[in-house]
Amino acid sequence: MIRFDNVTKTYDQKSQPALDAVSLDVDRGEFVFLVGASGSGKSTFIRLVLKEDQASKGAVYVAGQNVANIPSWRVPRLRRGIGVVFQDFRLLPNKTVFSNVAFAMQVIGRSRAVIRETVPDVLATVGLEGKNNRMPHELSGGEQQRVAIARAIVNRPGILLADEPTGNLDPTTSMGIMKVLDRINQNGTTVVMATHDDDIVNTMRKRVVELHNGSVVRDDAQGIYVGEAGALAE
Amino acid sequence: MRLAFILSEIGSGIRRNLSMVTSVILVTFISLTFVGAAGLFQLQINQMKGYWYDRVQVTIYLCVDNSSETSCATGPVTEEQRAAIQAKLESEQFAPYVDTVSYESQEEALGHFRDQFANSPIVDSVTADQLPESFRVSLVDAEKYEVIDEAFSSEPGVDAVSDQRDFLEAIFRYMNWASVVALVIAGIMTFCAILLIATTIRLSAFSRRRETGIMRLVGASKAVIQLPFILEGVIAAVIGAVLASVTLWGTSRFLIDGWLVNTFPQTAFISSQQVLLLVPALILLGAILAGLSSLLTLRRYVKV
Repeated sequence: MIRFDNVTKTYDQKSQPALDAVSLDVDRGEFVFLVGASGSGKSTFIRLVLKEDQASKGAVYVAGQNVANIPSWRVPRLRRGIGVVFQDFRLLPNKTVFSNVAFAMQVIGRSRAVIRETVPDVLATVGLEGKNNRMPHELSGGEQQRVAIARAIVNRPGILLADEPTGNLDPTTSMGIMKVLDRINQNGTTVVMATHDDDIVNTMRKRVVELHNGSVVRDDAQGIYVGEAGALAE
Repeated sequence: MRLAFILSEIGSGIRRNLSMVTSVILVTFISLTFVGAAGLFQLQINQMKGYWYDRVQVTIYLCVDNSSETSCATGPVTEEQRAAIQAKLESEQFAPYVDTVSYESQEEALGHFRDQFANSPIVDSVTADQLPESFRVSLVDAEKYEVIDEAFSSEPGVDAVSDQRDFLEAIFRYMNWASVVALVIAGIMTFCAILLIATTIRLSAFSRRRETGIMRLVGASKAVIQLPFILEGVIAAVIGAVLASVTLWGTSRFLIDGWLVNTFPQTAFISSQQVLLLVPALILLGAILAGLSSLLTLRRYVKV
């Protein structure tokens, strides 16, 4: 579903590359943790998949297509196939929960009838039944992240990218979010989640890809992650 | 659905940015009013040229008591001199140039004078013998005025030969100046309008950066992201253009139709219908102006 073929990304000629000759395959329906300290290249990985940035060397394939060959007017179509969730939720503060999710469908031209039918279903999937008319500021952090996840998956993307989705949440709430992501993965969506929360990684027992200074230093099925402090102790 | 969505985005954009949108409307209104005024001056000049150059007359003024020209050395024009001038005007030699000749006596001149200055206090103090008698000569070709001037200005009994074209051309010069001034003001105001539209779009893009960021992520097309901004500028500019058109039309209606036409009945003025011809041009100009400047701004400030 996502393939990195010897990808190097350099933002600045002088500094060291954000990604350094990374080769990686993520299959359809997989759940992958992308772990590593801040600055290890996790966010760059996500930006390259979305074609927000171009690889300096190597090729990025999404759903079998080399993103470098996608013309700029086709980039929106690429992004419709990918849902994204961030640490800071990025909800529209002046829209209700329902409108926030519906917004993602409106802007790609879905009909009102389809929106009215789909949005409540998706909100139920993320555990927000009955909160349609709440405003974001009335919700807890965990609930806001659920709205963001609902928005990310409402157009049924094949891939869900999550960039530190639990970074602003306490451990209990984080586990709730992980259950939602796991459920989405069970329904067939490929999930790539960047995190440095070792508790979550160790509880989920999924594939773990560890980045360090832009290189893949570990790739374990059902792996664990010991985090920065643990790695230093080893 | 997408149209309804774009319209609602435009609505919320305009509401959020109301003061800037208002200033865009006003600046385009003023700048397009000046553009239109320059256009109207030119229309008026063409109209008057077409009208007057067909009717332009050369007037040969004959000597009166106090004329100072050397050709008037013998005092007021005599019967013989007048007859000689008329004969010369009607001779074979000038037939190719002269269309018609009419004579205006001092009494007729006084009559015209009284009509023209009916409201002026000087009218009562002017007597017929102060006004020159004259021949009014219509030319076959108005450009050939020089021929008549040369042949008659030194003729005994002729005080002066005057061509109305001199007078008209002075008017046209002033009107041309007025239209140049209007165009310069229009240019400056248009430049302001472009900058203001660019700033407005920039502010609008900034205040909606969350929305556009999310639109980008969920795969909205470039058109859906940018159209609300462009249309916001275009709508404001078109409103300005409509205001400018209404103002120009109203002004021409009251100034030309209501006042000038009655005050100067012998002058050909443009009608307020002709102003309507300018309206589509002004609206198009406003729309293009706003569309281009917002498009250029968006390329810098809204990533797609």
